[in-house]
Amino acid sequence: MASEAQRPPLSLRLATNGFIVVWLILAAFPFLWTFWGSFKVELDFFSIADWTNALTGTNTRETHGSAFTLAGYEGAWVQEEFWRNVINTFIVCFFVVLTSLTIGTLGGYALSRSGFKYVFWLLIIALIFRAMPPITLVAGYMLPFFEWNIWGILPTTIIVLVAINQPFTLWMLHSFFQNIPKELDESAKVDGCTQFQAFRHVIVPVMWPGVITTGLFSFLLAYNDFAVTSMLLSESNRTMVPEIAAFLGTTYTEGNVMFAVAAVVSATAPLFVLVMFFQRQIVSGLTAGAVKG
Amino acid sequence: MKHRTFFWFFLPTGLAMVLFIAAPIVSVLIQSVFAPHEAVFVTVENCGPFGCVQETTIDQAATQELREAQPLGRFVGLDIYLDRGHLALAEMGEAWRSSDSLGGFFAELRDLPFYGAMAFTLTYTFVCTPLLIALGLVIALAVNTLTQRLKGLVIFFSLLPMIVTPLVGSLILFWMIDSRGVLGTFLAYLAGDPDLSLKASTPLMWISIIIYGIWSSAPFAFVVFYAGLQTLPQDQIEAAQIDGATRWQQVRFVVIPHLMPLVTFVALIQLMDNFRVFEPIVGFNASAHATSLSWIIFNDLGGETRQLSAAAATSVMTIIGVAILLSPVLVRTWRDFRGKT
Repeated sequence: MASEAQRPPLSLRLATNGFIVVWLILAAFPFLWTFWGSFKVELDFFSIADWTNALTGTNTRETHGSAFTLAGYEGAWVQEEFWRNVINTFIVCFFVVLTSLTIGTLGGYALSRSGFKYVFWLLIIALIFRAMPPITLVAGYMLPFFEWNIWGILPTTIIVLVAINQPFTLWMLHSFFQNIPKELDESAKVDGCTQFQAFRHVIVPVMWPGVITTGLFSFLLAYNDFAVTSMLLSESNRTMVPEIAAFLGTTYTEGNVMFAVAAVVSATAPLFVLVMFFQRQIVSGLTAGAVKG
Repeated sequence: MKHRTFFWFFLPTGLAMVLFIAAPIVSVLIQSVFAPHEAVFVTVENCGPFGCVQETTIDQAATQELREAQPLGRFVGLDIYLDRGHLALAEMGEAWRSSDSLGGFFAELRDLPFYGAMAFTLTYTFVCTPLLIALGLVIALAVNTLTQRLKGLVIFFSLLPMIVTPLVGSLILFWMIDSRGVLGTFLAYLAGDPDLSLKASTPLMWISIIIYGIWSSAPFAFVVFYAGLQTLPQDQIEAAQIDGATRWQQVRFVVIPHLMPLVTFVALIQLMDNFRVFEPIVGFNASAHATSLSWIIFNDLGGETRQLSAAAATSVMTIIGVAILLSPVLVRTWRDFRGKT
């Protein structure tokens, strides 16, 4: 499509490509470095003597006989029982995504199909709720949760995360449903369906692209949350992120930083896979709100 | 859709938001004007063979009873807002009288927890936001010149800093800039100072947290601007070329005006999100040098002594801050809505 006249001059092309390479290094190198370093001993990853030790693994070879060691992973997963936190994270994420999509689709669908003025105000209220930092709400949860004795368990955290998720889910699904022609469910209603039947048999089969994108973001919110999970879960029910934070407190003193490094790499891996498979949906979700508004 | 049907469809999500967002806000407001009960003291006179001794002890039963009867604590009005941990009016007045210059006054102000956190939160918010927008814009313009196949790859790696858990992302960066990490060693080599340590210096700590902020949020700006570039009208670019506009002029006068609504969108979202900066302070172990409002709440809530009232007061002030940053968004949405109907 670009004609000869539109082709940028060589110097500009070199500058652009050079810049992209620099950005790629900035974006990806920290992850590669930490991944590589997680198979080393602490003296190599945090090397005082010579930074190339982290590449060659001199001390790792002395301690373990090979340049790579799984000691950090073993320490985190077996000794510190990180797998419990992994299971907790996936329980929390699964139920948060499931619940927030179920109630969010119903609400988002209703908002997109009702022409009354209160729809606008509900969306504005949702926007205000979306802006509230979750940590400011946590102080409000503590007293009632202690009083009713439901503090520290997974279901409480799941419900709280679902609620915090709702404003964003509603906005996103609202805009997705608006792109589904109203005539579809109108005609089903003319044929004698109730509103719910129209939703169930006409809208549900065509809504999946939007629901999957929204689900991805619900998953990310639940997976990445630190403020709520660290405050509302007891020590035995912790998910991955608060557990990593807890590692920091104990391991800096005990000299087991590599446990935390291995845990961090373990927690990043699922996200890596997620971006690999759902890159398109994530990009479209990020831009959905922006390009229209 | 009938009101009745709408009500039943909206009920579950509405209920969740009322119970777990609206109610906690009210509860935080109420808690912030109550302080925990002080212990009830009793004075008992013990008379023994050597005379009488007055002893003051905590009356455990009475204290317990009082706490159970009024679990909220005692009403103290705005006292918590004005105490040393928050607005600290008394200390502020003291600092004003004792310091001879404006600089000295601000230095003393910075030592008060609330104002110190406020200083960092605002600096972070207003330094990060413009820089990440600029970086995102440049990446978008550069990526837009690539071939289709390379674009996917670049977008994949660009998404990583944003998608990754904030605490994990900040730890990954922190371990690299640690004085024993690879970047820390390199910086010390550059500065010619082998003892250079980020952990010991407040300005360096602020800079590294701000760099983390830009690193983790620039991808969002990039993706939004990149999508905007796809809708750029080609005929306008061609018209500009025919008029003899240079490449820079095309960007300045055609591309940037086209992206302006998106720049506003990203700026508003990022101002709100950066205001709640929290995880990097935990990840960088930076609380000695930089604190934020969210971190103060977290710190008050955690630990053995859960200072609910103090946390609630800071929460209310954070919510007020967010509301101020949110108001332009609301005005904009309201105008859009008025425009539509």
